[in-house]
Amino acid sequence: MKTVIALLLMMVPALAAPTSSTAASTGATAMAGTFSDPALEARARNLQRQLRCLVCQGESIDESGSPFADDVRHLVRQEIAAGKSDQQIEDFLVARYGDFILMKPPLQSNTWLLWLAPFLVLAAGGTMAWVTVKKASSRSA
Amino acid sequence: MTGELGQLALCFALALSLVMAVCGLLGTRPADSTARHIASGSAMGLLVFVALAFGTLTYAFITSDFSIIDVANNSHTLKPLIYKISGVWGNHEGSMLLWVLVLSIYAALVAGLQRGGARLTSGALGVQGLLAAAFLLFIIFTSNPFLRLDPAPFEGAGLNPLLQDPGLAMHPPMLYAGYVGLSASFAYAAAALLVGEEGWTRAARPFMLIAWIALTCGIALGSWWAYYELGWGGFWFWDPVENASLMPWLIATALLHSALATEKSGAFRTWTLLLAIAGFSMSLIGTFLVRSGVLSSVHAFASDPTRGFFIMVLIALAIGGALALFAWRAPTLQGGAAFDVQSRETMLLLNNVFLVAACACVFVGTLYPLVLDAINGTKISVGPPYFALTFAPIFFALLLLVPLGPRLNWKRGDLKAAWRALYPALGLAGIAALTVLALVSPRSIAATGAFAVAGWLIGASLLDIRKRKGARASAFAAALAHAGLGVSLMGVAGTTLWRSEALSVLAPGQTMTVGPYSLRFDGVTRERGPNYIADRGHIAVMDGGKVSTTLLPEHRFYPAEGQDMNDTAIHTTGFRDLYLALGDDRGGGRFALRAYVSPLAPLIWLGGLVMALGGMLSLWGRLRVKEAEPKPAAPAVALAAE
Repeated sequence: MKTVIALLLMMVPALAAPTSSTAASTGATAMAGTFSDPALEARARNLQRQLRCLVCQGESIDESGSPFADDVRHLVRQEIAAGKSDQQIEDFLVARYGDFILMKPPLQSNTWLLWLAPFLVLAAGGTMAWVTVKKASSRSA
Repeated sequence: MTGELGQLALCFALALSLVMAVCGLLGTRPADSTARHIASGSAMGLLVFVALAFGTLTYAFITSDFSIIDVANNSHTLKPLIYKISGVWGNHEGSMLLWVLVLSIYAALVAGLQRGGARLTSGALGVQGLLAAAFLLFIIFTSNPFLRLDPAPFEGAGLNPLLQDPGLAMHPPMLYAGYVGLSASFAYAAAALLVGEEGWTRAARPFMLIAWIALTCGIALGSWWAYYELGWGGFWFWDPVENASLMPWLIATALLHSALATEKSGAFRTWTLLLAIAGFSMSLIGTFLVRSGVLSSVHAFASDPTRGFFIMVLIALAIGGALALFAWRAPTLQGGAAFDVQSRETMLLLNNVFLVAACACVFVGTLYPLVLDAINGTKISVGPPYFALTFAPIFFALLLLVPLGPRLNWKRGDLKAAWRALYPALGLAGIAALTVLALVSPRSIAATGAFAVAGWLIGASLLDIRKRKGARASAFAAALAHAGLGVSLMGVAGTTLWRSEALSVLAPGQTMTVGPYSLRFDGVTRERGPNYIADRGHIAVMDGGKVSTTLLPEHRFYPAEGQDMNDTAIHTTGFRDLYLALGDDRGGGRFALRAYVSPLAPLIWLGGLVMALGGMLSLWGRLRVKEAEPKPAAPAVALAAE
């Protein structure tokens, strides 16, 4: 755990340095390539919201004013214009930057617990509640 | 001199907290009334010395005493007075001191009010003493705010401009009042396990309510602050630090409901104890997440591994100790209440199941990426889409059940009758849904569903208020809090689903449209603030060719901190926000302008306020009732049904 904290801490300055000046500024969202076709534009915006800005703190590519987000926005729009599907674009970005860039974690061997845990807790809680109520009502009868 | 005085006060406080811990725990023995008196006295003394230390630090900030490292690193002579003061808790050391100050206030309240039996109170003070001692040690050894700097610099480094905001003056103290308020319930629960005294829920109830109210307000304030300060129009980002405050709120809400069942009908006695432990554990975990530097955000001032390690040990001891105590003593409390399937107890149990599952969502979503990274270095993001697919449905299901709960009697209720009585609320839900379907295009299932549920919640609350006119404050309070949920839900749905936005680069005189508004850019002026330089955009909001109002969003640069940030301008009608953020200078007088129209956005925070009001009403009812009827000598467990 200590090494993890150390690792994370090492990342902090790297992440914080470019962010400190950009996190708060709405800055330059790529106005350059706005699609005139509203359907394409909506697709681009939606995709941008699904991608994390890697140099910011919890902002999506859509919200961030960082140069990195700018680049990714350009790339997304280029690829959409080139006729790529959303999936293809995401795959390309994941291959380049890893799963970390996806706001929605993919369902795979190392994330099934993440996705199931809330519902497991719900099921376990529901079962316990059912047993408790059964017991209580048998006492009450 | 002031620094040394503060240091000394901290040491005295530590000594007193240790006395309080030992005597408080000794005082759980029936005969030891001397120890109980000492424990109460030291609680008062603890508050005095912690307040002295805090006051000393505040004085150092106000007078810009840069010979103190903490002040030099986090303050600046040019900062306005209010931000000098709020800067005291805008940094790691000071915020930990605030944490202990709040803890001491609660301890003094526990000692002063003496709710519950003498042994119970004493045990609670003992536990609070242990907590205070642990956190004071943490402050003195790893986060001492009074360390000196020689030679003292002429000027301080300033405070992150994001934090120079009235929101910051209120948000952390409020949130801490909530986080740390749960320590009182925790202490009472641990004491109840020690002395086996029942009726602790009754003694701890006001503290649970205060903590819950403060958390509700703190979260709402934080969300509002993020909304107008961060400049991209969102109100909740599922940021780990926000999640850290949501988890204790969810558990505290569950605790309030479960403790009610324990108090009124003796049900779920062990479960309520466990929730009290879990609630404060969530606060501690939140503190760890925020303070250890594991997460990087505006909130993470500390990035020193020894601190992280210390807090982790502290948490492990507190949670582990409490759980061990629970495992040891809880089986002896087994009572086993009797109630029907159709009863308020069942509904409260369901409430708890959903709230705990919702908390599990947030917990897993926040910690999973950290754990995965720790195990094999894999990095994943858990962003808003995850919570939309897990938290949202669970919480939505909970909201559907809310109106039924208060309509079922304790022990034996009648679900059919409750359902029939709710027909008018169902009608309101239908009207809300149809209105949304008729008025709003494109049609959306999510919006229709959200408004139907909001109508259902508010309708049921109105019925409750009408039906129980002249009844107890508690029923009215519950109705108010539940209605607040509906109000917030409308705000969340409106903002998320119907927000429109526009982004343009404008030269002076040019216009842009966003939603129903037409905006004319009238250029930018250079303004000078006390400690910043700003580009102030002048934007005229046009209404049929006439200027209806002018908005002045600013892009500020803080030279002391070397950072820039946005000061957004918001025009609200109460039902719709027009939100402007000024972007970069694009040369030739042209500027980027971001505009959002967020329908119903103010309802999000209004709902929070209504919920908090419900809590306050309940608290008032409690304290009033306590005065009216003398404190029961014997623990009152099974009060009859209402």
